[in-house]
Amino acid sequence: MLYFVARRLVSALSVVLATLIATFALFFIAPTDPAGAICGERNCTQQRYNEIKENLHLDRPKVQQFAEYTAGIFTGRDFTTSGVKQHCAAPCLGFSFKNDRPVTDMLKDRFPVTLSLVFGYAVIVLTVGVFVGSMAAKRRGTLGDRALMTSTLVVSSVPYYIVALMVALYLTVLYPILPRGSWTPLLENPAQWFAGLLTPWLVLGAYNCTSYARYSRGSMVETLNEDFIRTARAKGLSDRKVTYKHALRSGLIPVVTIFGLDVAGSLAGAIFTERIFDLPGLGVLVLDSLNSYDLPVIMGTVLVASVIIVAMNFLVDVGYSVIDPRVRLT
Amino acid sequence: MSTPAPEENRKDSMAENAATPADATAAVKRGPSVATRERRQGSINPSGETPYLVVQDLTVKFPTVDGVVSAVNGLSYSVPLGRTLAIVGESGSGKSVSSMAVMGLHDRKRTRITGSISLGGDEIVGLSEHDLMKIRGDAVSMVFQDPQSSLHPLYTIGNQLVEAYRVHHHVSKDAAKKRALEMLDLVGIPNPVRRFAQYPHEFSGGMRQRAMIAMSLINDPKLVIADEPTTALDVTVQAQILDLLNNLQKEFGSAIVLITHDLGVVAEMADDVLVMYAGRCVEYGTAEDVLAHPRMPYTWGLLESIPTVSAASERLRPIKGLPPSLLNLPSGCSFNPRCPYKDRVKGERCLTELPELLPVDGAGAHTSRCHLHDKASIYEAEVAPRLG
Repeated sequence: MLYFVARRLVSALSVVLATLIATFALFFIAPTDPAGAICGERNCTQQRYNEIKENLHLDRPKVQQFAEYTAGIFTGRDFTTSGVKQHCAAPCLGFSFKNDRPVTDMLKDRFPVTLSLVFGYAVIVLTVGVFVGSMAAKRRGTLGDRALMTSTLVVSSVPYYIVALMVALYLTVLYPILPRGSWTPLLENPAQWFAGLLTPWLVLGAYNCTSYARYSRGSMVETLNEDFIRTARAKGLSDRKVTYKHALRSGLIPVVTIFGLDVAGSLAGAIFTERIFDLPGLGVLVLDSLNSYDLPVIMGTVLVASVIIVAMNFLVDVGYSVIDPRVRLT
Repeated sequence: MSTPAPEENRKDSMAENAATPADATAAVKRGPSVATRERRQGSINPSGETPYLVVQDLTVKFPTVDGVVSAVNGLSYSVPLGRTLAIVGESGSGKSVSSMAVMGLHDRKRTRITGSISLGGDEIVGLSEHDLMKIRGDAVSMVFQDPQSSLHPLYTIGNQLVEAYRVHHHVSKDAAKKRALEMLDLVGIPNPVRRFAQYPHEFSGGMRQRAMIAMSLINDPKLVIADEPTTALDVTVQAQILDLLNNLQKEFGSAIVLITHDLGVVAEMADDVLVMYAGRCVEYGTAEDVLAHPRMPYTWGLLESIPTVSAASERLRPIKGLPPSLLNLPSGCSFNPRCPYKDRVKGERCLTELPELLPVDGAGAHTSRCHLHDKASIYEAEVAPRLG
């Protein structure tokens, strides 16, 4: 087991390193002009442009820039803006000159928002989505099953941002049945934290429940036809035990894979939800930085997102081996 | 031996002494030919012992979009404690479907079951799911064909055995574990303590089937249904598993219904044999009667299609054709499209009239379903020499 974890850990780290190189190449070796972006189009004199380049170390060789960037992640760096020396503490992911702040600090502000959103979302899809799917699988072929599956298909064929916008408009603004989306840190006021996130949770959760219901239905239908399920019934186990102990455990395996990737993707930025429900999360941060061409922020976010995705994949692998003893040996 | 089933006793005595006035009245009330009908349907065990499992006139139908699949049509048999009944037939003959019905394992929404299945006198057709649950795994248990897929891959063997025991016994986990280890030891699994904590994929095929048998016997069932228990195993392991089942039966005294298409297994294990074709019993009797004096062309065909080592150079003689579609059975005898002897029956009776299950020698417990008049002489003169 330890060997298994160690091996996966090594492969996860190499993926992160590769992403680091690729991201850096994308933004600093590709024909982008970070200094020009910061300098702006008006009032940009050659002297100021050169100054920015020097402050950002953009005039140095690319390899050295990369070494400095990477070293900064572990040791921190110093930057000079407008003659003021700024310290960017480790893990330093660069410095946003637009906002005059280290990227790490900005990410630290935003991450709890996205994490809270994804947390509630995960709870909803894993409970409601999987439960609905299992129920449908047990009643496969019946009218209820077909109605449910058709309606999930209908819901998922409407683009998500339309659904989210409509809910935001009709249910929180015109007919304020649900609280409007807003962000309050959990430790500051838990009740408000919950109220502000409730609507986004419900919308994001309900919409994606449809695909989770379909995944888990398919997987459960397959599992319920397995011989070992017949054995479980032949033992005299109750229907509930057969479904939720014997079938669900193996039926969940494919769902766990999708869930891991899905959560990783959402953590990296649930852009529509955050935008529509006014949550200052990572997705909105990326969007804003793209609009303002704030390269260090974009790069930092991409890097963090890749680490999240790799970490989630790693967790899925570990989760597999916890669920399925046969995986441990391979 | 369990207490005799009262219902069966009455039927037995009625069949035997239908002439006494009291029984005659009862017989009149229940229709004119109850006694003969029941004898004809073979509900009285060929051994004459009081049966534990009595299946009478069982039909299992599956309504589908294409029509109703008649998987079992009017099947009757019985098994006393301590005896083994082998149900033989090709795939799709209804042997598994009928035994699943005994376990109450069919999806009730998709299945129509009529007739009667009684366990020690208690009727189980029509029982609620809740009541069936109490019987499954306790009074009746099942050993499945493929232990690889029939054991849950994600739980340890020990966990699955303990669960099987605790469903029907309210005991602590430790007590159940003790019982499970006992059972693993009993079925000949070496080092049970270590094996208890292992997963099915860490077992060999034979060991897995032993574990499966341990699990099915853990509650000391009165009836064990073994659905092709050796089909998925190595030939060398098959004999060991059959020996094990034989020995355990002696120890536990349970009735066994053995479903198989392997007549070698039948010869080794069975006391009684029931040959099924297209959902019907076509021949039924003691193993000696059916294997040594078969009286139905389908049984002959099964016997002829067994490969023998001595006749290795000869070609196998398979039964020509395929089993009929259960959606649309042939008229008359279901076996007529494949029967090489149907021309010897006068008129086209084989094509028009379903033969009844009748005693082969006019009386007695060995019955077969065939219009042929001179079954005995055809067998002795034509079939037996080919069997060598």
